[in-house]
Amino acid sequence: MREITKRFPGVVANDGVDFEAAGGEVHALLGENGAGKTTLSHILTGLYHADEGQIFLSGEPVAFQSPRDAIDAGVCMVHQHFRLVERFTVAENLVLGDRRGAGRRFRIDPRAVESQVRELGRRYHLPVDPHARIWQLSVGEQQRVEILNALYQDARVLILDEPTAVLTPEESETLFTTLREIAAEGRTVIFISHKLHEVKAVSDRVTVLRAGKVIATVRTTDATPQSLASLMIGHDVEATQRTARDLGGEGAVLEVRDVWADGDRGAPAVKGISLAVRAGEIVAVAGVAGNGQRELAETIAGVRPSTKGAIRVDGRLLKRGDVRAAFDAGIRYVPEDRLGTGVSPSLSLAMNLELRSYRESSLGPFLRLRRMRANAEKAIEEFDIRAPGPDVQAANLSGGNLQKVVIAREFSGEMKVLIAASPTRGLDVSAVATVHSYLLQAAGRGTAVLLLSEDLDEILALNDRIVVMYEGELSEVVDRESIEEIGLRMAGETPGSSDSA
Amino acid sequence: MNDSLLVVLIASGVAYGTPLLFAALGELLAERSGVLNLGVEGMMLVGAVMGFWTVERVHANTGLTLALAIVIAAVAGTVMATIHAFLVITLRANQIVSGLALTIFAGAVGLSSYLGNNLKLADVPAAHSFHTLLPKGMQNLPVVGPILFGQNILVYASWLCVIAVGLYLSRTRPGLNVRAVGESPAAADTMGINVTAYRYAHTLAGGAFAGIAGATITLAITPQWVDGITYGAGWIAIALVIFAFWRPELCLVGAYFFGALQALAPQLQARNISLGPTVLWSNSLPYVMTVLVLVVVSSGTARRRLGAPAALGVAYVREEH
Repeated sequence: MREITKRFPGVVANDGVDFEAAGGEVHALLGENGAGKTTLSHILTGLYHADEGQIFLSGEPVAFQSPRDAIDAGVCMVHQHFRLVERFTVAENLVLGDRRGAGRRFRIDPRAVESQVRELGRRYHLPVDPHARIWQLSVGEQQRVEILNALYQDARVLILDEPTAVLTPEESETLFTTLREIAAEGRTVIFISHKLHEVKAVSDRVTVLRAGKVIATVRTTDATPQSLASLMIGHDVEATQRTARDLGGEGAVLEVRDVWADGDRGAPAVKGISLAVRAGEIVAVAGVAGNGQRELAETIAGVRPSTKGAIRVDGRLLKRGDVRAAFDAGIRYVPEDRLGTGVSPSLSLAMNLELRSYRESSLGPFLRLRRMRANAEKAIEEFDIRAPGPDVQAANLSGGNLQKVVIAREFSGEMKVLIAASPTRGLDVSAVATVHSYLLQAAGRGTAVLLLSEDLDEILALNDRIVVMYEGELSEVVDRESIEEIGLRMAGETPGSSDSA
Repeated sequence: MNDSLLVVLIASGVAYGTPLLFAALGELLAERSGVLNLGVEGMMLVGAVMGFWTVERVHANTGLTLALAIVIAAVAGTVMATIHAFLVITLRANQIVSGLALTIFAGAVGLSSYLGNNLKLADVPAAHSFHTLLPKGMQNLPVVGPILFGQNILVYASWLCVIAVGLYLSRTRPGLNVRAVGESPAAADTMGINVTAYRYAHTLAGGAFAGIAGATITLAITPQWVDGITYGAGWIAIALVIFAFWRPELCLVGAYFFGALQALAPQLQARNISLGPTVLWSNSLPYVMTVLVLVVVSSGTARRRLGAPAALGVAYVREEH
């Protein structure tokens, strides 16, 4: 790719990017969120059109009008959000994209594809049952289907966008092996990530992107995680490290006992969870997405009614499924889905800040708009929200500033318990640091903090105690510095007790 | 034996159920592509009036005239469906609102009555109509005679359509594609399937089926035209698609069941059997169905539980910025 430029309203996502990947290599594309990695890959796969620049494939200039053109030319992508038809079987999904074999005929017979799926699965260590329907598969398995799909199309260039975000550490290892094998056949694998150790583990070369520009392309063997980090961020980073503190013998502020709750599909998603968080303590809940973390957070916040069990704050039982009661009891909630649940996107910043307290601050049925704006201006100042003013629509704020709005709102009043669900997902490094500092500040003020996150680095940096959530159940991590133990528990296994001697 | 209530009910259930079956098959095709069309009633009424108009105006032999009438009715239904398709696929209007508007615009006291009255079709018997096809000897066979052999050609055609639609959806490339479009347009788009084209094609096909369904009523069941002659059959057809879990073979069973219900009241009356106010509930059935359909289609949870196409009712926008 040469001189690729892509502009979106207000931002230049890619600014004269030169990128080159050879056959037979795993090439990592490293950069922070918002550095332009995904945009670049979307241009390469025909989803976006570059405003300037040229793409060459094996020396030939190409112009992809649609993802289909790219696939036909052998450029396939495994998206962060899988492009699979949930109710189809694995085989049907593969036939769907096929234009050479079974897919060209009018009459199709998915059974004929099934043997091919098995064969490919064996060759690349990607076992999946071709009869299985996608919704029955785990996220890791669905990813295998996506990769199989690309191989079934005989992809010459395979692009993976943050593929390990949904995997356990062990599944990631297996994926790396598979990717190396695919590359060893002369295909090109482009691995997009912002995680240094993964890039180090899997790639032959690394191209670092920052603010839409290529900073450097280096051989992985010549780079250290530190050198890559400073290339990626532009300055050296100090990791937040939390030291274990003595919390004394204080009793639990938040106490959850044998709580059950149903997921969106009606099946139990939270299965008999008991948990206690003391004042000033940060309990981190680790786990692969979709193991009931969101449901647990919503249940404690009162958004989702529990079907069984008790939630207590300072010993007082909370009415189940009552957001107002939870808030009045001192529970504050930073939800996972900022734009959809955290704020009302079409309301102004000032109104969003007032969503929790309008009852107290309004005059009968009337809102006190002037006071509201004054409060908003104060919050903008205090929480360093970068916004044109209190009247700006929440939808127009960036992720980091949106999160600050949510935090500013939730930090009001007497905050006894803070539930933060994936509070830094999709934020850039400086916003992440800000959010982390707020979480630490809350704990410092004696709030019981429950942090639910899929980001292991975040969990390791902030926790006083780690629990792992797997299929709706919790297990306590004994050694909170052992990534291995956390990883095993994330996969639903209990580490053997043999090495305890 | 062939006069027994059960045999008569099943036989007339098949006859009365045929327009329901045609309309339901059409709606099923549209919904499988992700387009909900609540305009079935309106499309059927326009098909009914245009089919009837054809047999009144064309002076050819019976077979040719009827074939032409069916084609005209299908075309009329397709034209109506085009309005809906343009509104909801191209302009991405709300599918429920657009479908309701179509039924109001085209339905009783709307376009179809204007056409019928203006073309002076009221109070005239059909010049040609569909009759039983097979020899009398076969029709007189016990039980199977009236049920299977005492039907007109449209009934047999509808059976072929059920088989064709079933095979199309489960065994063919375009069938797989249309299911993908209805389930996950984003995935389909990535795979190079033209979401817009598939949705248009199946919505229009749905209109053609609804038009034929309307003509089946005015040319085979009650060979005449009166305003609003479908009496809510379009709504029953939409409900049928839901009860049949979007599967053509179950549409057939359901259509004949509702057909038999329609025949029940007059048959009981003719035999002097009293089952309370049968007429009341069989006449109110279409309205009950309408309410039911609206509740189900507007509740996301209910739809998911029943197994509706995941993208039903949702316009597709490619996420290009």
